[in-house]
Amino acid sequence: MKFTLSWLKDHLDTDASLDAILDALTRIGLEVEGVTDPAAKLDGFTVARVLSAERHPQADKLQVLSVDAGDGPLQVVCGAPNARAGLVGVFGKPGAAVPANGMVLKVAAIRGVESNGMMCSTRELELGDDHDGIIELPEDAPVGTSFADYAGLGDPVIEVSVTPNKQDCMGVHGIARDLAAAGLGTLIAPTVPQVAGEGAGPDVRIEDAAGCPAFFAQEVRGLTNGAAPEWMAKRLRAIGQKPISALVDITNYLTVDLGRPLHVYDKAKLSGGLVARQARDGETVEALNGKTYTLSEGMTLIADDVAVHDIGGIMGGAHSGVSEATTEVVIECAYFTPEVIARTGQKLGLTSDARQRFERGVDPAFLDDGLAIATFLVLEYCGGTASGVTRAGEAPLGTRSYAYDPARAETLGGLAVAPERQRAILEALGFAVDDQWNVTPPTWRRDVDGTADLVEEVIRIEGIDKVAPVPLPRVPGVARPTATPEQRIERRTRRAAAARGLDEAVTWSFLSEKQVAPFGEAAWRLANPISEELKVMRPSLLPGLLSAAERNLRQGVESVRLFEIGRRYLPEGERATLGIVLAGDRRARGWREGKPAGFDAYDAKAEALALLAAAGAPVDNLQVMGEAGAAFHPGRSGTLRLGPKTVLAAFGAVHPAVMKAFDLGGQVAAVELYLDAIPAKRGAGFMRPAYAPPALQPVRRDFAFLVPADVSADALVRAVKGADKVVITRARVFDVFTGTGVAEGHKSVAVEVVLQPAEKSFTEAELKAIADKVVAAAAKQGAQLRG
Amino acid sequence: MTDNTMTDTDDLKTHLLVAIEASASLDALEAVRVDALGKQGRVTQLLKTMGALSPEERQTRGPAIHGLREAVTNAIAARKAHLEQVALDAQLASEALDMTLPADAPLSGTVHPVSQVMDELAEIFADLGFAVASGPEMETDWHNFGALNIPETHPARAMHDTFYLAGRENSDPNDRETPRVLRTHTSPVQIRTMLANTPPIRIIAPGRTYRSDSDATHTPMFHQVEGLVIDKGITLGHLKWTLETFLKAFFERDDIVLRLRPSYFPFTEPSAEVDVGYSIVKGKRVIGGSEGWMEVLGSGMVHPKVIAACGLDPDEWQGFAFGCGIDRLAMLKYGMDDLRPFFDGDIRWLKHYGFSALDVPTLSGGVGMPA
Repeated sequence: MKFTLSWLKDHLDTDASLDAILDALTRIGLEVEGVTDPAAKLDGFTVARVLSAERHPQADKLQVLSVDAGDGPLQVVCGAPNARAGLVGVFGKPGAAVPANGMVLKVAAIRGVESNGMMCSTRELELGDDHDGIIELPEDAPVGTSFADYAGLGDPVIEVSVTPNKQDCMGVHGIARDLAAAGLGTLIAPTVPQVAGEGAGPDVRIEDAAGCPAFFAQEVRGLTNGAAPEWMAKRLRAIGQKPISALVDITNYLTVDLGRPLHVYDKAKLSGGLVARQARDGETVEALNGKTYTLSEGMTLIADDVAVHDIGGIMGGAHSGVSEATTEVVIECAYFTPEVIARTGQKLGLTSDARQRFERGVDPAFLDDGLAIATFLVLEYCGGTASGVTRAGEAPLGTRSYAYDPARAETLGGLAVAPERQRAILEALGFAVDDQWNVTPPTWRRDVDGTADLVEEVIRIEGIDKVAPVPLPRVPGVARPTATPEQRIERRTRRAAAARGLDEAVTWSFLSEKQVAPFGEAAWRLANPISEELKVMRPSLLPGLLSAAERNLRQGVESVRLFEIGRRYLPEGERATLGIVLAGDRRARGWREGKPAGFDAYDAKAEALALLAAAGAPVDNLQVMGEAGAAFHPGRSGTLRLGPKTVLAAFGAVHPAVMKAFDLGGQVAAVELYLDAIPAKRGAGFMRPAYAPPALQPVRRDFAFLVPADVSADALVRAVKGADKVVITRARVFDVFTGTGVAEGHKSVAVEVVLQPAEKSFTEAELKAIADKVVAAAAKQGAQLRG
Repeated sequence: MTDNTMTDTDDLKTHLLVAIEASASLDALEAVRVDALGKQGRVTQLLKTMGALSPEERQTRGPAIHGLREAVTNAIAARKAHLEQVALDAQLASEALDMTLPADAPLSGTVHPVSQVMDELAEIFADLGFAVASGPEMETDWHNFGALNIPETHPARAMHDTFYLAGRENSDPNDRETPRVLRTHTSPVQIRTMLANTPPIRIIAPGRTYRSDSDATHTPMFHQVEGLVIDKGITLGHLKWTLETFLKAFFERDDIVLRLRPSYFPFTEPSAEVDVGYSIVKGKRVIGGSEGWMEVLGSGMVHPKVIAACGLDPDEWQGFAFGCGIDRLAMLKYGMDDLRPFFDGDIRWLKHYGFSALDVPTLSGGVGMPA
């Protein structure tokens, strides 16, 4: 919302300085977003008289002027045809910057003649489009004074941000009221002229009272739609609006001045009376912005017998818009229901100054006065005669009152304000307060709903900065962890991953269809994505990380170890997940290790297990199974499961097709850790079981088996471990070999078995018996002890 | 004879000691040892003659012969030690390596600034008794808007640039089960917390939020932290103290100055936007002081309608809520001047602005990590 200082002063009698006003605006909740002083850009331009004009000796179209800008004659070269002795115009002295192009004037020779500045056109000063000649001011314009001062351009433009609840501050008058309440001056009531209309008012009626409960209108005949008065055009220009014609400018002016949008129809373009009715599906209208909108049921429009002329309360139609030829108009002053306006505006994706106001709610008690002011201005600046006023319907005043306890200012707002002061504040804002503290909000404050709002009004005007900080009382009792077990799993895995050399990324939750495709059907998509690239809610963390890996490699990063903790979005909801992508060199080439090495599935497995261990998952009990998913190399991937169904992680080498889709080369490995599936440790106190180290040294025995190639190491080790669950405390593969000496279709697997004696050392016979059990158990998996 | 013998012993000693000293290797020294002390060695032979001597002769010759043996034994041991040392020195000299060659580079990963700041917030607020809560990012319209006093036609919706889930755009906005939008703020966690718990409540809720907005200072995905206190007798004064305490702890500065500005959020009443003062140091804005103001968060007293929507009696319970951009907090504290690289996964950026795994924020060790 923009307005100028002089405009504000039409509504506020004040001698407060600009700075004091700006300060107060922000303090009472009308945040100042900017202030511009148009005079600033005219610094260095003064009123000057041309004393003499001679032909330039070297150029036919130039003249050499002698100019008096207050300090005696200066020689200036000028190309304007209207430059002549006696002309009073605007002179820019060396050092001044030309507003239109930013060029800084300096003393320069033009075709061999020195020029000490420039006589300016309106275009050069951004005051208009005229560039046919230099500005001509009246004879008596005071030579030497600043042009901005002379022309009254020194009117600062203030822009404030108006929050959606403040319907009244969508007009300069409402802003003045707030400032007056805050002690910045006295509010000046708008003058409501008496317009004596002749005859019946225009034919307007309401069919959709829900969308348009009140439709007031008045006709003016025999008018001339010329230019708006300069004072009005100047203010509109100052706030960035382009003056169009008196009729349009008057409605635009009142929209800003009083927050009262109006619409003016060219009566000649209408067929019959105007009706406010519901739109029918598929009806179209070309709006004043030149675009055609298709309306639908639930929207309120204004139409005549044949066509739609207004998207009610949002934008008028092009067909019945006024032009220079307009001589007869219908002026509409209506009340549109805010909810209907909001819904229509949202559906059409159309905003306008009118919508912004109707959506917040215009003052329902200001229809008659608003119309009278508009008609008066039309008569004043366009001439003609007015008809009587037609008043169809009635705007809902929404009168209500609240029993207010002034103590609430302190018990809710934290600020003790004397009741009489509170009453004064509320009354200054237009609230009625009776002796029992029943408070009735003014008609222009439909947002006020309950006593908390009254506290807000009091605090905002009294000064929220006066609220003193009060310490929150400490929570009684012993401090307990404030993070949930799930949050602690996230934190531990995050720090563990970083400690293992992984860099944490945060990537988009939404991706393109193409990125997501290899990771299965996406369950959720955005209806209104910002782009095709950010459209599908990720079903996996890997596509975002793979894309990041590719970008990093392209930028010359040699080794990519990225992880992310975030959610994947599944049909049944969102799940906490940790993703890892390993790409590029696992190890750079080096003088010790030689060639660089890439990442393989076992690197992924190592990360998965390490982070699961950090999360407190029972890693010793996990089963390695298949079905890691289509994104992985089918033969070089797996899942880690707690029991056959609970999948804690998928890991492996990335499928070559996926690598190709992501433009990745080399070897890429990945992990997805399903954090939500990890059983959280539930506290059973801090006490640990007593420490009881075994009395006797463990015994190690190695077994080399010949195993069919399709038997997994895990199956063999499990079998070996199962051979004697009491004595065998550990079994692990320490060598795998195929090739010379190993039969086709087989592999040699060497297993180290650790045996723990209990009370006395094993005898040779006992060891033999255990070894036999191990061999027998392995044999069930098809393994044969090698000789 | 006696003199002769004595002379022989002395000669032998001199001869052997010279030979020992002249031994250039352990092998040569061993040959000398065998020659002197071996079974047939000359010293051994002399010792063997002792048995045949008379007691007198033994008295006179004995010490000399024993002296000879001892001197030779000691000399051999000394020589051996010397030769071994020389050999070891030579071996070590031959084993010398170029210690300037590089060792294995350490693997050092990083924690993202957003995660780090979230941990910092959890630590600061734990001290004030706030638990950490969370909620879904795909949210129902009711939790994200309706329960927060933002009906569908509310003008405030225009400020939210909401992402809708496909197929759900036209669903019932009062559905409390099935998501319809990506949450536009962390405020729905207020609703979920109040519905699931009985007051007193103190929580913060950090997390991802989404708005359909993209320019130099806005990304369609960003992070917020919500704060909520519901109790008896909580006022705007408590809100002000909590925010001051939080920001002072976060920036580790005592000269943090807050400016509250009346504002509007449908779910708080009264509402205030909070600016924090900054100073200009070497052309950069640094939090602290009051040379200028920048907006850091929105806050207010929880609207009675919101409390009632969660099934609590607004005449009994009241409290405050606030919401703050985490990405922005991170930028202000650690000096990033562009938001967009936060979500690029660029390892160079992550290494530059990320944190070590060991930089765990704690109250005793500090909730901020020095550059």
